[in-house]
Amino acid sequence: MSPSLAALRYLDRRWIFLAIGLLVVVPLLTGFHIAPVKPSPPSRGFFNAIERLPAGATVLLAGDYDPGTIAENYPMQLAAARHLMARNVKIIAVELYPGGPPLTDRVLHIAGEEYHKREGYDYVNLGFKSGNEVVMSQMGSSIPRTFPADRSGTPVSRIPVMKGVENFGQIALLVSISAGFPGTKEWVQQIVSRYHVPMIAGVTAVSAPEYYPYLQAGQLQGLLGGMAGAAEYEVLVNHPALATHGMDAQSLAHVFIAFMILLGNLAALPQRSAEKR
Amino acid sequence: MPLTSSAPFRFLRGKNAAASILVLSLGLFPPALAAFPLQATDIPNDGGSRIGLSWRPPPNPPAQWVVLRSQPEKPFAPIDTIGGDQAAFTDETARNGIPYQYRLVALNDSGFLSDESPSATARASWFDTAKTNVAVVIALFLALVLYYISQAERGKKWTFRTIAGLNAIEEAIGRSTEMGKGVLYVPGVQDIDDIQTIASMIILGNVARMAAKYETQLLVPTPSPAVYTVADEVVKGAYSDVGRVDAYRSDQVRYITTEQFAYVAAVNGIMLRERPAANLLLGAFFAESLLLAETGHEIGAIQIAGTANVHQLPFFVVACDYTLIGEEYYAASAYLSKDARLLGSLKASDTVKILLVITIVVGSVLLTMGHSWLAEFFATQ
Amino acid sequence: MKREIPRLISMAAGIFVLIGFFVPHPAIRTTYDDLQQWVIIVVAFTYVLGMANIMRINLKQIGARSKDWPYKVALVAGVVITMAVGFSEGTKYLDDGTRFSWIYNTFYSAMSATMFSLLAFFIASAAFRAFRVRTVEALLLAVAAFILMLGRVPIGNAIHPVLPQAAEWLMNIPQNAAKRGILMGAALGVMATGFRIILGIERTYGSEGEGT
Repeated sequence: MSPSLAALRYLDRRWIFLAIGLLVVVPLLTGFHIAPVKPSPPSRGFFNAIERLPAGATVLLAGDYDPGTIAENYPMQLAAARHLMARNVKIIAVELYPGGPPLTDRVLHIAGEEYHKREGYDYVNLGFKSGNEVVMSQMGSSIPRTFPADRSGTPVSRIPVMKGVENFGQIALLVSISAGFPGTKEWVQQIVSRYHVPMIAGVTAVSAPEYYPYLQAGQLQGLLGGMAGAAEYEVLVNHPALATHGMDAQSLAHVFIAFMILLGNLAALPQRSAEKR
Repeated sequence: MPLTSSAPFRFLRGKNAAASILVLSLGLFPPALAAFPLQATDIPNDGGSRIGLSWRPPPNPPAQWVVLRSQPEKPFAPIDTIGGDQAAFTDETARNGIPYQYRLVALNDSGFLSDESPSATARASWFDTAKTNVAVVIALFLALVLYYISQAERGKKWTFRTIAGLNAIEEAIGRSTEMGKGVLYVPGVQDIDDIQTIASMIILGNVARMAAKYETQLLVPTPSPAVYTVADEVVKGAYSDVGRVDAYRSDQVRYITTEQFAYVAAVNGIMLRERPAANLLLGAFFAESLLLAETGHEIGAIQIAGTANVHQLPFFVVACDYTLIGEEYYAASAYLSKDARLLGSLKASDTVKILLVITIVVGSVLLTMGHSWLAEFFATQ
Repeated sequence: MKREIPRLISMAAGIFVLIGFFVPHPAIRTTYDDLQQWVIIVVAFTYVLGMANIMRINLKQIGARSKDWPYKVALVAGVVITMAVGFSEGTKYLDDGTRFSWIYNTFYSAMSATMFSLLAFFIASAAFRAFRVRTVEALLLAVAAFILMLGRVPIGNAIHPVLPQAAEWLMNIPQNAAKRGILMGAALGVMATGFRIILGIERTYGSEGEGT
């Protein structure tokens, strides 16, 4: 057994790449189903925060991501936009990533068409502004002064959904869809801690542990972590979509990585026996 | 029967609302039939211009309230219309130093009209008392830093634990020299306004001095033009410090792109083409940490990583030879330079940490015993 | 003077921003806000320097036909074409149907997502190569990793309903405790670094003039 185990140590990593590639692609192409998605408490918190909003309330949807993390952030932003529009909540969207506006536009247009919402009246995308936390801080003083026009150049004074919106005093909920910096952490530090706006966040899986302290402290009312979080949320809003369909691929990938840890340790056994001798 | 359906109050209804506001603004109030108290106070800890109103909503409140404001020698005038279910309102248009009084009147036929509020004057604060706890900790920390720096200047020496990753930096540069290969320094993916990037620039100064001394090629791809500008200055200065200005090359420090994954692709490309013997990954890293570290491992480079982004530490720990965790990363410049004053700041940092641990333990015990004052003092929200 | 002036500016700006954090009065806060605006403006100007650096280094290497020069051609062409298309389409360059949005969707979007997706491959190979269970602590880490990896996806719930709960507990309690410890240490490091710069004892950049 030892010689074959020893040979495993020199396994060309391209075989591992091939295996994980197949494990991800095959479920996505064939659509076979392993197990149902069960929502976790942080995802329920995200869902409940939107459920508690009264019709006609206004939320700020921060789409702080770009195509790099589209696989994780886009499904959760789309599900959130659908949920908000289904509850007749008005959406003001902003982005602090230069590559983000087209993605948020796409999300708002898809959800807007599905729920018969009108751009400018029920939702608006104010677009990208450079400056990271400084932009957030300025929005605390005045949203219209920070974003004087929307993405297409229409002054906010002529946008009905912006009527009466001056600062976070008129924002019922802050929904942060975030890939990293600037994102959820900065919104909590700059806005939640100063203006006490209720906030929920959807973040990449790799960064999700970063936000658990905020969740525990109540600064975040809900958290979607990666595609798994997005899938749980899609189940809660009863609209299975992109993330739910990706869950079987992700399940298999997780099992495979666990298997790789075991295999790697098995492969190291002969070397360790030799060291002991 | 609604109170305002009686003749004197009909003007307060529906289409007559605007007229009612006009009449009210002229000071022609009807006798109050459902008066209730209204409080007005200056909002503390702000830049002024804000007065907060609060009241207890009457049973069956109206759909909307009109907020009226008066100032000396001027009648009440409407300033806003708000929802009837609200119990508070902030007037953000007050001018500092002017005493205002307020009233609320229902914008329907319910007849509610508040008492006149006490007079309130908006003032700008010179100190935000809500941040007293932060000020105390900063003042304490600063005092300790100054104290330990003065101790260091008098020749006091402290023993610091060995940080293997920092000791390994010189070893890695030496190894690169022996192998005739270069050193790749990646300062994270954040801009120069991030404290981790600033700390990385300080470490880069030390690394560049070593590289210049050993005559080892140092390559610094940067993720932003601002970082490029500073890094270039740092490297140039370091080469000058050790008298090797002649060895400095203007293409050692390069701006790549601000796009996270395009930057990773470029740095991985540099690793695979240039094959440096040492990779120093020191700065703020996100999802790219493992992409960089695994590629570095593939080319057989000795890898030293450091970041305060806690969620990326597991990837670096797995894929790199040495990892500087959180505060070790910030201690690097003091540790590498061995400057007594900088080491004094580390001593102050350690002392504050001990005080924090004691405070956490005492706070937990007090909370368990039902005393929350210490926890409340440190609350920032 | 060349190194003293930047150091003095750093110290003055640092002290002012520190004071501005505690003083909401407009006399300070207005300048504090303006200072933050200046940062954005100064950073915008550095893009000119950055672009000049990209062009200078890559054109030089193309001219010298140095190793891998065709890659440099692709880079320079990419920069020039994308900028030219963006400028030619004015402020609506990212609207649907523009040539720039075609570049965005066809190249930028696809390539960025591909780079991020590589993480799955690299995590698998790193797990095989580097995650060795040699000590009791490493064993605990491995067990926690298995619980989390399985508990965070539907298959975990199918194996046993306790797995997702255990994963949530791991995230909420041990993970949070460890993270807070590291974060507090890092926050003190941030403060110490800030003080060193404000007090002018940290050599940030520029030559010390000690060269021989």
